[in-house]
Amino acid sequence: MEPDPGKNQLIYFDNAATSWPKPAGMMGAMGYYNEMIGGSPGRSGHRRSLDAGRIILETREVLAELFGIDDSLRIAFTKNATEALNIALLGILHSGDHVITSSMEHNSVMRPLRFLETQGVQISVVSCSGDGRLSPEDVHAAIRPQTRLLVVTHASNVTGTIQPIAELGHIVRDHGFLFCVDAAQTAGALPIHVDEMAIDLLAFSGHKSLFGPQGTGGLYIREGIERHLRPLMMGGTGSRSEFEVQPDFMPDKYESGTPNTIGLAGLGAGVRFVLTEGVEAIRSKEEGLTERFLKGLASLKGIAVYGPPDAASRTAAVSFNIAGVSPSEAALELDERFGILCRPGLHCAPAAHRTIGTFSQGTIRFGFGYFNKDEEISFALEAIRSLAAGD
Amino acid sequence: MIEAPPYAVFLFPSVSHVLKAEKILKARGTPHKLIPVPRHISTDCGVCLRVAVEQQGLAAEALQGLVTWERMVLL
Ligand SMILES: Cc1ncc(COP(=O)(O)O)c(C=O)c1O
Repeated sequence: MEPDPGKNQLIYFDNAATSWPKPAGMMGAMGYYNEMIGGSPGRSGHRRSLDAGRIILETREVLAELFGIDDSLRIAFTKNATEALNIALLGILHSGDHVITSSMEHNSVMRPLRFLETQGVQISVVSCSGDGRLSPEDVHAAIRPQTRLLVVTHASNVTGTIQPIAELGHIVRDHGFLFCVDAAQTAGALPIHVDEMAIDLLAFSGHKSLFGPQGTGGLYIREGIERHLRPLMMGGTGSRSEFEVQPDFMPDKYESGTPNTIGLAGLGAGVRFVLTEGVEAIRSKEEGLTERFLKGLASLKGIAVYGPPDAASRTAAVSFNIAGVSPSEAALELDERFGILCRPGLHCAPAAHRTIGTFSQGTIRFGFGYFNKDEEISFALEAIRSLAAGD
Repeated sequence: MIEAPPYAVFLFPSVSHVLKAEKILKARGTPHKLIPVPRHISTDCGVCLRVAVEQQGLAAEALQGLVTWERMVLL
């Protein structure tokens, strides 16, 4: 049966912004915390407080397993990838430092960097190809004696283009500076191993492909880096309460204030779902949906598709335009006439749209997820065909 | 009357560390208990991990390299 918006059968293609639906276990874990535990972790010694702490530890441990991190306490939780990136960038870079980034970055990287530029940090934005690829040789050529950091997105949220992270990581390691990866689009969707990829700082969203609730994310910090990484916020941590200075150890240095325990309970369930299904299986399903969609688009008239032509070089985020229809009009039609939910415009990434030549209108972005179905892709292709034909 | 101390406590930087240690000992089957940090040891209001004195060596070996502790004190 085809999806029917009249019967409230919506098609959710906005997984690149936040995933939906979530696995059944997510709400269960949150409900369990709320009804059975409820305590503040790390603040008291009573059993409910300890149980809350155990939930958070379990979430750290499954994330460490997923990313190949030896010590789960190297992960600090944040409210999203943006906060994690701000901790990394504002904490590491000082006046006189040089930082390299790509022209495909999200504003959660570009805005902190543009702010730092006003504080005397030098920035090199390495241009990517028209389909969003960053060349390791170009990064190599941008290295200076003052280079302190390379920050790049693992995959673009506009075109889905996957960057050669391991290759970049080894270039950085050979030159002795730091490598920060924005894994907002890839954590849970593509394999990530912090040692094999030589990643020093890994920022991730909990609410996208890790299937946690909104308000969750985190930052992995390689051992020793915390000594040079200033925290963004300071305050109560439950530890070292007798001292009025911020703790200098992980994860407390970056986790001031009562955490989002209920959200982290949900994130733990989301990550367990990812581990149970397997990142390879999730990737294979999403790649299949993407390939089906790209093939379908190629057979339609009046459609421009951005990013690499093959599904293997990209995540499940696909940007396209329909000739004669603005992205925002198209998205409205898709929603109102067909019940297809997507995101038009610039996707918080103006630099990426300049790179692919779609600034300032932007594109229509479909972000597929593990729970989407082949029939939904077919239905969407038919909807796009009729919009392109002016039906 | 002076008794031999029956317990050893491990003091950690934070509750996250204590709970990680707890998980490791649980998996190893080493008997242990989380207790509030005794006032005479530290002014910190947190919890610490208590084991029987005779388990102290085994516990330390199990935790070594996986989670850092600050002090080990005989009760
Ligand atoms: C590439 C990229 N970086 C960073 C972010 C920010 O993530 P969050 O919304 O979790 O802060 C997003 C998504 O919004 C993204 O797609």
